[in-house]
Amino acid sequence: MARHSEEDAGMAKAPPAARQRKKKPKENKTRTVHANILHDCAKGEENPNRHYANNKIKTTKYTVLSFLPKNLFEQFHRFANVYFVFIALLNFVPVVNAFQPELALAPVVFILSVTAIKDLWEDYRRHRSDKEINHMDCLVYSRAERRYVEKYWKEVRVGDFIRLRCNELLPADVLLLSSSDPDRLCHIETATLDGETNLKQRQVVRSFYDLDCEFDPLKYNSIIECEKPNNDLNRFRGYIIHRSGRRDALYKENLLLRGCTIRNTEEAVGIVIYAGHETKAMLNNNGPRYKRSKLERQMNVDVFWCVIILLVMCLFAAVGHGLWMFQYGDNRPVFDVLSPEGTNLSPIMSAIYLFLTMIIVFQVLIPISLFVSIEIVKICQVYFIHQDMDLYDEETDSHLQCRALNITEDLGQMQYIFSDKTGTLTENKMVFRRCTVAGVEYSHDANARRLAMYQEMDSEEEECMSHGGTLPRRDSVTSHQSARVVLRSQSTKSHRRTGSRAEAKRASILSKHTAFSSPMEKDITPDPKLLDKVNDCSSQMDFMRFHSQPMSQLPSDLSDIIDFFIALTICNTVVVSSPNQPRHKVTLTCSGQKHQFGQTSVRSKRDHLWTGLHNDVLPQLHSRLPGCSSLLSSPSAESTLTKLHEEQPSGGLEQVFSPIPPSYDGKASWNLEEGELRYEAESPDEAALVYAARAYKCSLVGRLPDQVIVELPHLGKLSFELLHTLGFDSTRKRMSVVVRHPLTDQITVYTKGADSVIMDLIKPPDTARKFHLCLFLSFSKKIVCRTQHYLNLYAADGLRTLCIAKKILSKEEYACWLQRHLAAETAIQGREELLFESALRLETNLHLLGATGIEDRLQDGVPETIASLRKAGLQIWVLTGDKQETAVNIAYACKLLDPEEELLTLNEACALLLEESLHYIQSTPFLVHRLGLVIDGRTLAYALDKSLEDKFLAVARSCRSVLCCRSTPLQKSMVVKLVRNKLKVMTLAIGDGANDVSMIQVADVGVGISGQEGMQAVMASDFALPRFRYLQKLLLVHGHWCYSRLANMILYFFYKNAMFVALIFWYQFYCGFSGSAMIDQWYLIFFNLMFSAFPQLITGTLDKDVSAETLQQLPQLYVNGQNSEEYKPYMFWMNMIDAFYQSLVCFFIPYFAYADSDVDLFTWGTPITTLALFTILLHLGTETKTWTWMNWMSIAFSIALFFTVALCYNASCPACYSPSNPYWTMQRLLQEPLFYLLCFITPIAALLPRFFYRACQGTLFPSPVQLGRQLDKLPADIRRNILSLSRVKVGSPLCPKLPFLSLAKLWSWLDAHFLLVAGSGNIEVCF
Amino acid sequence: MFRVSVLQTTDVIPSKEKSRCGRVGGVSRSEKMVKQESESANRPDNTAFTQQRLPAWQPILSAGIVIPGFVLIGLAFIGIGVALLVTSRSIQVLELDYTGDGNGSPCSSCSQSTTVNCKCSLNFTLDTLFQGPVFFYYGLSNYFQNYRRYGASKDDNQLYGDLSYFTSPSSSCSPYDYDGSKNPIVPCGSIANSMFNDTFTLTRTVSGKTDSVPLDGKGIAWWTDYNVKYRNPSVTPLKNAFNGTVKPIDWAKPAYELDTSDASNNGFVNQDFLVWMRRAALPNFRKLYRRIDASGDYQNGLPAGNYTIDITYNYPVRVFNGAKKVVFSNVSWMGGKNEFLGIAYLVIGSLCVVMSVVMLIVYAKFKFPDEE
Repeated sequence: MARHSEEDAGMAKAPPAARQRKKKPKENKTRTVHANILHDCAKGEENPNRHYANNKIKTTKYTVLSFLPKNLFEQFHRFANVYFVFIALLNFVPVVNAFQPELALAPVVFILSVTAIKDLWEDYRRHRSDKEINHMDCLVYSRAERRYVEKYWKEVRVGDFIRLRCNELLPADVLLLSSSDPDRLCHIETATLDGETNLKQRQVVRSFYDLDCEFDPLKYNSIIECEKPNNDLNRFRGYIIHRSGRRDALYKENLLLRGCTIRNTEEAVGIVIYAGHETKAMLNNNGPRYKRSKLERQMNVDVFWCVIILLVMCLFAAVGHGLWMFQYGDNRPVFDVLSPEGTNLSPIMSAIYLFLTMIIVFQVLIPISLFVSIEIVKICQVYFIHQDMDLYDEETDSHLQCRALNITEDLGQMQYIFSDKTGTLTENKMVFRRCTVAGVEYSHDANARRLAMYQEMDSEEEECMSHGGTLPRRDSVTSHQSARVVLRSQSTKSHRRTGSRAEAKRASILSKHTAFSSPMEKDITPDPKLLDKVNDCSSQMDFMRFHSQPMSQLPSDLSDIIDFFIALTICNTVVVSSPNQPRHKVTLTCSGQKHQFGQTSVRSKRDHLWTGLHNDVLPQLHSRLPGCSSLLSSPSAESTLTKLHEEQPSGGLEQVFSPIPPSYDGKASWNLEEGELRYEAESPDEAALVYAARAYKCSLVGRLPDQVIVELPHLGKLSFELLHTLGFDSTRKRMSVVVRHPLTDQITVYTKGADSVIMDLIKPPDTARKFHLCLFLSFSKKIVCRTQHYLNLYAADGLRTLCIAKKILSKEEYACWLQRHLAAETAIQGREELLFESALRLETNLHLLGATGIEDRLQDGVPETIASLRKAGLQIWVLTGDKQETAVNIAYACKLLDPEEELLTLNEACALLLEESLHYIQSTPFLVHRLGLVIDGRTLAYALDKSLEDKFLAVARSCRSVLCCRSTPLQKSMVVKLVRNKLKVMTLAIGDGANDVSMIQVADVGVGISGQEGMQAVMASDFALPRFRYLQKLLLVHGHWCYSRLANMILYFFYKNAMFVALIFWYQFYCGFSGSAMIDQWYLIFFNLMFSAFPQLITGTLDKDVSAETLQQLPQLYVNGQNSEEYKPYMFWMNMIDAFYQSLVCFFIPYFAYADSDVDLFTWGTPITTLALFTILLHLGTETKTWTWMNWMSIAFSIALFFTVALCYNASCPACYSPSNPYWTMQRLLQEPLFYLLCFITPIAALLPRFFYRACQGTLFPSPVQLGRQLDKLPADIRRNILSLSRVKVGSPLCPKLPFLSLAKLWSWLDAHFLLVAGSGNIEVCF
Repeated sequence: MFRVSVLQTTDVIPSKEKSRCGRVGGVSRSEKMVKQESESANRPDNTAFTQQRLPAWQPILSAGIVIPGFVLIGLAFIGIGVALLVTSRSIQVLELDYTGDGNGSPCSSCSQSTTVNCKCSLNFTLDTLFQGPVFFYYGLSNYFQNYRRYGASKDDNQLYGDLSYFTSPSSSCSPYDYDGSKNPIVPCGSIANSMFNDTFTLTRTVSGKTDSVPLDGKGIAWWTDYNVKYRNPSVTPLKNAFNGTVKPIDWAKPAYELDTSDASNNGFVNQDFLVWMRRAALPNFRKLYRRIDASGDYQNGLPAGNYTIDITYNYPVRVFNGAKKVVFSNVSWMGGKNEFLGIAYLVIGSLCVVMSVVMLIVYAKFKFPDEE
């Protein structure tokens, strides 16, 4: 079913640019647009459109003047910045100042200016692109010159007439008034808006429909009333008021949206309705989303703790200083400095002043550069994720997109995955598999065989590739092992139902632009039985037509068959195009016949619409055609028929058989063989059905706004007058077309929809056709019954089922319905609801034709991905709108459900059931891991009730997998919200369609699949993936890395700052708590910003604790992130304790080494600074797991930078830098052996405990991640063996020859983990 | 310490041009290449950096590597520690407190009185030669030269010889910038004001004859302080530069008369002044007073004998429970006497060895675990 839903897909509402609103005199509910040319002379004041935004866009945030204040204002929204500015300003107060005031400003100015420069650059880029866009050309009608003149986009105003040419971009939202297309159509490509690549048809406003001559803006004098600018791409309501007072409704089909491209249409003219920032495209243009990751939330708690520690330290120092002052009493020592007034400061006042001073001195404890560093690291992480070859999809030439820049580390902490099914787990490439018509099943065995063949081809091909790719690597392995490996890989292959990758690639080579057109989907092998019947039926019909017999005399089963295929062909929104020029539709116009048929029919239709329903022209046309098929003397002579049919396109018979012979567009001269036609559908299953019908020679040849041309066997091309299309929506779950049948001249409704709804709408037998009552009653019932039976079978096969039904309306019924429908169509307020009701009125008492089963193939690698994600400890829930049987089967296919599992199915909406199942689960604890829960939408609605949600969660938690079928988009998001809020877990939602948007937005991390369903999910997502299976690497590898890197970096940051600040704190005990620092102010201020900044950034960006291969092969390592094992609250405190210990070492070794010497303050303090730097870098070294040349370089650079700066600083300006006087200090120190002796011992003494702990831990109780790292170090062949063996239960003891003793640990750990996984027997292992 | 091995990127980078089975490959190789060129605009760069496959060294802390590493470091440290300890032991230090706390001490009378230039003397005896070069320090304890506000109380520009700062000293000197009658103080600030003003002379009594030990006061301050950082204004005579200024309140003599014997040792470049201005790091400190001039009898240091230090006692330290002392010391390549560093090296070295033993035990236990 078409899943493009009309619902507002939850696009975040961007408030329309407020500044335009301000000028409005009053807030109307609608916008009135007049043509500008009428008011050309009345510039400014009188122009009725003057209040509307012009087309100049300005996406920049700042102007030259406003940049500084505005940017600063924005930056001060971050609390940390305010804090640091406060401290810097505090330094200007003489009583409390600690440093040279200007110098203290440096870091905060640096941080602010880096951000400001970044903002400025971004803004400049926006400005440039704005300018470029604003200066694009378009043709605008000028009254003065009476022609279209070139103008810049920015000069376009609401009410202007603009002329658009083929392949031009639309400058604004334009109401289409005229088109060069004879059908008054304009084709647009909306890829830039929604990513959908199929062409969309837009229609000229009805009242301008029949202008034969070119549209003349001067004659235009209507007024347009429409709704206010909004961001809903799929909605436009309004009406146009002509001078005559007549009102015509306007639809979204009349509106061309800014940013789209005109295709296929030479010229179009329209009037601008919304311009600039009020266009729908701009209103939909939201910036990147901002989320706060779990790690950052955790970090903020610890930042808070840092503040507490800071305050405690300051308070301690202040009290200490007060006491120190107090002990001297009134006898001031000579070194005491009186207050500027020459009086003694009281100890209490001193303590208060000192408290403030200490805040300045200890400010480093709150890491000013932490926030900047985190941002930098995240940008790098995003860059690496973007660049990953493994996340690049060659077929679509797309790679993963990170749309939210600041939650990369959340990827490593996921616990629950909520997945959509269609398009996410499956390809969303629909293949027609089988159908039921009038209660008879046609199994299409040949088709199934064909599909199987495709699969085989793929797997063979991949086998071939894998041999080429991996065999050389296995050379070192013994033949015995390699054989086993190959065997395994084959067995996994055979499990797969997919493998369509290579095939899809082939298809993409053939045609890149046309969607849904791989040979697998197109070449459907017809079921011979059904084909016979179709031929039989149509030849009979032809015969009847020839003999002017009423068609209703056809046996009902046969007529059902032909109706079934007609419905498949026309009950959709498929657009026909030719492959050679896929962006051009096939046009069947312009030649002589057109006047006879095309024009008249078009016109007649409108006439009918307005004047009532009279006889049509079509039958007349038919009757005008001379009796031509005398050749067809024997309708049953099938071979002749077929032959004749095949000759049609070339032979002269064509005229005879088809009312409208195909004629060709002037420019292109491709031939119209049906095999060459391409169908562009909004949803893949529509295309699948059209292709299926084509296999039975019922092919869709062309589609115009009011007619569909269908080619039927024997009957040739028939034109169905299309009266209405009632589009698909997710509540009705069906779509209908109302056509006038060309053969019977009856108004027929064809409906296609989900079986559950259609079955309810089937006409009860007692009101069946009266003239066949006795016979029909039982028969019809039987058909419904049988069809239902087959539907169940299809669903059990994992097929998507659709029911096809029809209804014949009498003229009176139709007229009655039409009247109300037209009223609904022209309503501005509540039009959707009215149309919905109108559709409901029409779609009743249907006659069931048949049902189809469409296969939606699993995406490549889905079972493997799910298996490994599950091993990684992720709970996977599938939330789908599909019916239960289909969903369950897909779930089995992608290994979400295990055949060994017990399935708990909740289909009854009652509380008792939940309680029962809960009781059942609790009573049988053994079953806990062997349960799967299947729940349907109705029950889900019940289970999500406040009173029951806890019970539902309790049940769901104890199940291994949960499957929610028939769930609405809202329910999906409610489920995610429930799990997220109640279980306090990290959730990830993945989906591809508009129906997944709400769920994607609710989850902690939303992932969109950029697949076949347009871009709505992607627009709402944080990450967009080309395929589902990339989720594995994204989470297991990148998520893990991002998390562990960032967690370690944050911890390191806290450690580093605490360690550095503690040095000064210890010194306070030796300087009377006076806030004096032995570390020179320069070092103190630039330590974080310059000297120690680069190595941690490099490590934070590049460090890999475990290699990508091991992470993917041992998904269990993901648990590390789920349990936040890299960054637990106690780790912060452990780091703090370690920092204090290290600073004690770094302080007291120089202290005792220089005790009782004539050392001066900075000659003593500079070594301490140096030692701290060495210790901090070495600490980073012990925490760095992989050392690339960049790590070495960064550390070398840091040290070199420190010494260079120190030497330069100490050699410059002997009288500056008050109050410190470091002149020539470093130079002298470098001559002293003692300095080097200190540098040697202190870092080692400081890091000894940590190092010892790490060494012991790595040996005695290594964490899984450490084991993974040890595994990485093993030679590749041994590693592969261990990993392959780890997948089965290993019962034998280890061989003692293992190269690492700790491997035994790894082994037992793996063993413990996999005991649960597999149940096979013991396997002897020996290396 | 670390196990060194460069991680080999074992993966064969998947080739873009995967050879396919002949049956499938309807498209020729060259065609495909063209196609890839045109269609794969978004293809990421396949470099070791972007794919995070940079060759890397992966150290793993496992017992097998750590134990030998610890032993090696431990042994090296013990070696250094022994050498340091031996060196430190060879340094001679003589400390004499002259605060005058107790009644028995020679300077107790001076410490009680407030008379200027109170005289007292200390006697000491050397049994053996005090190996030269010998440095003569004075030491203060419980004296906070590192007090923050004290440290800031000076004017670097004034001390650099900038005359404009003579008339208007920096506010950082406050309240030692102007005297009661608003005359600027030069040198201003608390550091200068609190300059140590005890003086010492050393005499040796050899067989009843008193012999003055020659003391060398040149070059006791940092060379850069004397030549770069501190300067007198280029006014001759120096006295004129100080016109309109007053001496620091606690000083007996103005800055240009600090050393009457040597004209070049006056003003801001007086050696004792420079030594004082270099603030001590810790509250117990010593500052260099003089060197024993290595000439005549004192070629090799202080020979054995009886010595007397005559002290002009001016500096009050009893107020803040301070203490004053004189120190004689010689130095080695690693500076003055300090046993701590040697001991520290020994301790850390032994700790490393102990740790490696612990780890060895652990390793042994682990390698042969109990049969399960």
